[in-house]
Amino acid sequence: MTEHLDLLRLDELLSEDEKTVRDMVGRWVDERVLPGIEQWAYEGRFPRELIPEMAELGLFGASYSDYGLPGVSSVAYGLVLQELERGDSGLRSFVSVQSALVMYPILRFGSSEQKDRWIPALAEGRAIGCFGLTEPDFGSNPAGMRTRARRRGEGWVLSGEKAWITNGNLADLAVVWAKDDEGEVRGFLVERGTPGFSVVEHKGKYSLRASVTSQLVLEDVELPDAARLPAAHGLKAPLACLTQARYGIAWGTLGAAMAVFRTALDYARIRVQFGGKPIAAHQMVQEKLVWMANEITKAQLVVWRLGRLKDEGTLTHVQVSLGKRNSCWMARECARLAREILGANGIVNEYPVMRHLMNLESVFTYEGTHDIHTLVLGKHLTGFGAFEPGPE
Amino acid sequence: MRSCVLLACVPDTASVIKLGAAGNRIDEAGIKWVISPYDEFALEEAVRIKEAGSGHVTVISYGPDRVQATLRDGLARGADAAVQVTGGETTFGNALAIARVLAAAIRKLGGFDLVWAGVKGVGSDNSLVGAMVAELCDLPHVSGVLKAEFGGGKVVAHREVDGGMEVIEAPLPCVLTAQKGLNEPRYPSLKGIMASKKAAIQTMSVADLGLDEAALAGAGCRWRSLALPPAKGGGMILNGETDPAAAARELARLLREQAKVI
Ligand SMILES: Cc1cc2nc3c(=O)[nH]c(=O)nc-3n(C[C@H](O)[C@H](O)[C@H](O)COP(=O)(O)OP(=O)(O)OC[C@H]3O[C@@H](n4cnc5c(N)ncnc54)[C@H](O)[C@@H]3O)c2cc1C
Repeated sequence: MTEHLDLLRLDELLSEDEKTVRDMVGRWVDERVLPGIEQWAYEGRFPRELIPEMAELGLFGASYSDYGLPGVSSVAYGLVLQELERGDSGLRSFVSVQSALVMYPILRFGSSEQKDRWIPALAEGRAIGCFGLTEPDFGSNPAGMRTRARRRGEGWVLSGEKAWITNGNLADLAVVWAKDDEGEVRGFLVERGTPGFSVVEHKGKYSLRASVTSQLVLEDVELPDAARLPAAHGLKAPLACLTQARYGIAWGTLGAAMAVFRTALDYARIRVQFGGKPIAAHQMVQEKLVWMANEITKAQLVVWRLGRLKDEGTLTHVQVSLGKRNSCWMARECARLAREILGANGIVNEYPVMRHLMNLESVFTYEGTHDIHTLVLGKHLTGFGAFEPGPE
Repeated sequence: MRSCVLLACVPDTASVIKLGAAGNRIDEAGIKWVISPYDEFALEEAVRIKEAGSGHVTVISYGPDRVQATLRDGLARGADAAVQVTGGETTFGNALAIARVLAAAIRKLGGFDLVWAGVKGVGSDNSLVGAMVAELCDLPHVSGVLKAEFGGGKVVAHREVDGGMEVIEAPLPCVLTAQKGLNEPRYPSLKGIMASKKAAIQTMSVADLGLDEAALAGAGCRWRSLALPPAKGGGMILNGETDPAAAARELARLLREQAKVI
């Protein structure tokens, strides 16, 4: 079991079951993920064989309690994602999408038929989901989306393209966001195999290689009205899902930061250069290690607070932006510093550092780029929105 | 089948062990306590037997309040009931005292077809408690079980012995101790963890069992002192670049005379 960095005795802020959940998932990651992950990432393969195990552990939709789901606290759910991403961001992304971007919108905006049909299947890993919001021409500005949902009789016809969709090629079910004839954003459940619906994998990624990312193509896909999420109205519906997922990412990237920090610390204690001293004895190396430990510690406090606010029911999307922005930024900086400390060994897959470093480039960008979250906070502080979409 | 599983709460094998001030105990500060790994095999087997047919699994642990976490871990992995015998500070590491307490608890609870324990407790590695409990309860016992089949009020247990397998038949009730290889223990699920948090743990004291803990602690064995393994010395490097033959001769001499391995 990995020793956790805990300079401020933050463990004391966690309940017994939160620590138990963290340690259990941590052990699973140590035993089931770390031995294989470098190879999977190298091959560019998501380890599908782990899906039943993750389902058995109860990792999908862990923080919800409907349908007999575990109902763990938001902090426990965050710790699950932290431990998963200590393994790899790809695995954490899978769980984030399944839980926060697929199960959450069905639970929150779905009909009881939709919930009955999909929630147990998604929780048990019998069905895999994806979330299609981003389009080739609309990333940071999803309000501009071109995907259309047109009324036809009692049902709908969807057409358009979604890009960069995690789990796309694996998915049995896509949550697709499209604008209706009045320009209102609506959510639809599109099943694999629906005529006109196809997926194409994005190849050539250097980041999140142990994760599947795809393009979704919708060519006049006919859907009954029962496929629409009845309670989802407007862009705020997908944005509410993103707030859930971003909360998890703020925790997840802490795991990546801890992994690279631990690797750099262990390496620096052993690697000897100049005068028989380990490089950890050099001041400049210490400064890097301290920087990492310092930022990780601060970020731990931020995400812990977000979790408690979430359980109180008062967490705002601005607070989530602060956490997502801070964690991803500091983890990415940690990975870069760890890479420096490992020297040439920092670039090979005998160590996890380069993999995390490359993964974090995606995580820095998806779910709202660092700069977009800066602008969210900027708008909150100043009252001036610097990123309002211009006329299309 | 009604079974009980004896769970020892031991320091995580990844813990860094430091000695306590008295010199005959480890320093418990900062230690992470876990179910002894051999007990995990025992628990897993008991839960599988229950799942394959029907039954009930009780986990029992003797020790201070930290064993509550051990018991909850057991509940999270499928046990139905948990019993803590409180105390254990003064009898720590005293196998006979521990076995007397556990045997008394087993008799008091009563009605078990099967008592499971790990073949040994990780850390003290004595392999004593399971066999002692069997003797004290006057039950047959098979230690180091790698496979167990049940039927007709009997168990057929397989255990590894030097160069082969021993197959032993014993009537139920009996005591079995689990060896590594018996099964692959499951991870507790999040749902199990959440449910175990709410479950009640039955507690009883050593006095409730009609035993005197101070007397137990004074008998049997006593830990006089503990020592950490000596620090590893630096290695020796023989330079073979200029005269490889001489270096090889020197290596052979050192292996024979100093290391005495050839
Ligand atoms: C591996 C991976 C997985 C993904 N998974 C999903 C998924 O499952 N579902 C999904 O819907 N999407 C997914 N995405 C898409 C992701 O959310 C988008 O990439 C992200 O929103 C950014 O959009 P973009 O790439 O189009 O960049 P752009 O929006 O084009 O941004 C490019 C740059 O311009 C900056 N910028 C843009 N607008 C402004 C502004 N107003 N002011 C200042 N700077 C600005 C950005 O900060 C960024 O630096 C995924 C992406 C990746 C890489």
